Amino acid sequence: MPLMPVVLWTDALVFLLIALAIGFALYARHHEHLRAPWRGVVRSRVGMASLVILSFYVLIGILDTVHFRLRLPAPQPGGQTQFAPEVLSLLDIVLRPLRDAQEKTYSAPFGTRLFVKEAVTQPDGSVVRDFPRLVHGGSHLEDPDHKGRDIQVTSLWGAAQGLIAWGLLGLGLIWLLARRRGKSLPEMISLVWQGRTEVPWRPAFITLLVMLVLAFAAANLALKYHILGTDKVGEDVFYQALKSIRTGLIIGTLTTLVMLPAAILLGIMAGYFRGWVDDVIQYLYTTLNSIPGVLLIAAAILMLQVYMSNNPDRFESLVERADLRLLFLCLILGVTSWTGLCRLLRGDALKLRESDYVQAAAALGVGHFAIIARHILPNVLHIVMITLVLDFSGLVLAEAVLSYVNIGVDPTMNSWGNMINSSRLEMAREPVVWWSLAAAFLFMFALVLTANLFADVVRDAFDPRLRGVR
Amino acid sequence: MTAYIIRRLLYAIPILIGVNLLTFALFFVLNSPEEMARMHLGEKRVTEEAIANWKQEYGYDKPLLFNASAAGLARFTDTIFFERSVRLFVFDFGSSDDGRDIGYDITQRMWPSLAIAVPVLLVGLAVNISLALFIVLFRATYLDLGSVVVLVAMMSISGLFYIIGGQFLLSKLFHLVPVSGYDTGLNAWKFLILPVIVGVIGGIGAGARWYRTLFLEEVSKDYVRTARAKGLGERRVLFRHVLGNALIPILTGVVVVLPLLFMGSLITESFFGIPGLGSYTIDAINNQDFAIVRAMVFLGAVLYILGLLLTDISYTLVDPRVRLQ
Repeated sequence: MPLMPVVLWTDALVFLLIALAIGFALYARHHEHLRAPWRGVVRSRVGMASLVILSFYVLIGILDTVHFRLRLPAPQPGGQTQFAPEVLSLLDIVLRPLRDAQEKTYSAPFGTRLFVKEAVTQPDGSVVRDFPRLVHGGSHLEDPDHKGRDIQVTSLWGAAQGLIAWGLLGLGLIWLLARRRGKSLPEMISLVWQGRTEVPWRPAFITLLVMLVLAFAAANLALKYHILGTDKVGEDVFYQALKSIRTGLIIGTLTTLVMLPAAILLGIMAGYFRGWVDDVIQYLYTTLNSIPGVLLIAAAILMLQVYMSNNPDRFESLVERADLRLLFLCLILGVTSWTGLCRLLRGDALKLRESDYVQAAAALGVGHFAIIARHILPNVLHIVMITLVLDFSGLVLAEAVLSYVNIGVDPTMNSWGNMINSSRLEMAREPVVWWSLAAAFLFMFALVLTANLFADVVRDAFDPRLRGVR
Repeated sequence: MTAYIIRRLLYAIPILIGVNLLTFALFFVLNSPEEMARMHLGEKRVTEEAIANWKQEYGYDKPLLFNASAAGLARFTDTIFFERSVRLFVFDFGSSDDGRDIGYDITQRMWPSLAIAVPVLLVGLAVNISLALFIVLFRATYLDLGSVVVLVAMMSISGLFYIIGGQFLLSKLFHLVPVSGYDTGLNAWKFLILPVIVGVIGGIGAGARWYRTLFLEEVSKDYVRTARAKGLGERRVLFRHVLGNALIPILTGVVVVLPLLFMGSLITESFFGIPGLGSYTIDAINNQDFAIVRAMVFLGAVLYILGLLLTDISYTLVDPRVRLQ
């Protein structure tokens, strides 16, 4: 085997999440009441456009979740195969040119020279203090002062590639659509073009075009330049920002996933059984709620740090350690955030248990757990779905704040919070080192904004009472 | 009413006991005092003697829950649990790792926290409510749609960027106010302006959008139709009737956070170097001073429960339909 797969804890949970999502999709296909709200989501223009952007993020996140260790070249033939200690992901392989383009220290976006002066030996042997040329960024240029033209040409070429890719992808998709509807390809194209399809394909295709053109232009430029500059140790900021996507997505999704079982079980039990069960569960969540969330997280992370610094031999590698800390952060964020969902579910279960069909089921002698599984759970699923989507953007934002206070993800892990944290002191520099902040801002803002817009669409589709109020 | 308040206060006791047990478990059971000592002393190979010394110095050398070597009541009082956790109930927070009295520090540091939190709350309320009313006045127009888009975009920006952007613009570019710091008494105003502005702007996205939803819910109710039917102008309907009725959820939403204002904001205070309770907590987290963190957890829980109680009371005051029993 040329490589050894590595499954970190969060990887395993992400795969579980994907499996759950696929399973739910297959299940929902045959249940009209579950399909209907999703149809509402898909029929909204904002919903489709944000789905396209989100799928770009998710794709990068999934690529970054498949981890493995490469095989080292065997020292002698017939010797033991050894694997590199470094854990890589598919995304690392894709971004290898960016990973290897290491500079000495800061350099500005599209820069060709280092940000700080150094002693440079001239061809004639004299030594001058000047900004040295970068090792990778713009190193193909004869004259770095004429980079403007090269940048234009490269980005236009990238945009053209993006356009072609869009054309092919779009044609393929429309062909699939046409086949399903039993229409001819030109007919379908004109329907989509005029925006006369039930599902708003036109905004989806426009978003796809913008994203593909941007992605291809950025990819082409990134091979020649550091399009978002380099950081203090000379690492490409664009690479860091892309790597941070996985961290953000994991915090946003796994946190809700790990809290779901407790929230659903306790919330429904409290509402359904009432009496002392209700009292105990209410006491539990009021107690947890009354501890300020940040402080509970801080206390828990502090304890984790104590544990980790006292048992350094329990972790095989830095990556594993950082990964466990990420998982623990998700767990503790889940502990602080399940109470809201639990209370909502309790309220709904209280109402549902008085409904006629539950009373009828109880009168017919159906057991408690059968009633909960068959009559109550399906009727509160929309609340779960709305919470899952609504919480996502808040959690992504929370990661940045927590990492700033040093109680977030591991400092060695790529995350937007760590990017902000490490570059915030550089704001005092003259001229300002702004690009790490800008990159983190850009990637976070795009993700959170689309997530917020998507959450609104989902909420409207799942909760008809709110429709029209928005 | 009085009976209700007393009962609610009694109900708070088991919750505070729960909070206390939880933090106790988190700080002393999951991590024994030995491990804490080892981490504080830093080095890998610490002698048993050094650990014993550290524990004695900070008073961690007692048994956790039950002291078998003592007699009578001291079996329970001469323990870490009693010394560290039970005493919190009488707001005796003990001393921090550098020997300062935590209770005194808290009373000193809560004023700068309030000096930021109260203006942010009041100005923010005024700005958000007026913005929301303005948007509702132009509801279902492009102005409404555009404002909602802007609000959602503002919501999507991390609070950190508001602070960094504010510091960069006002302090670095235009040199209007100092970047960070604090001064005593009234001289503090120039250090407070920027955090307050940043806090208000950072809260507009979520706040104004929330109030807009509240107002829109009210606008679709019957009494609004009645008011319009009897010939009242749109502005009068909005400002007199809708605003008045929407004040109930707004007020109760504000009351619940009132006590927590004392805790200050972690991020704002540490960015602007304001010596409030927020930066106190952050410093404690970074210095791994567990005594302070535990005190703040307890204080936060007390204030949260107080907020819930105040909310219930304020409901009865503003909404005569609600009766407490």
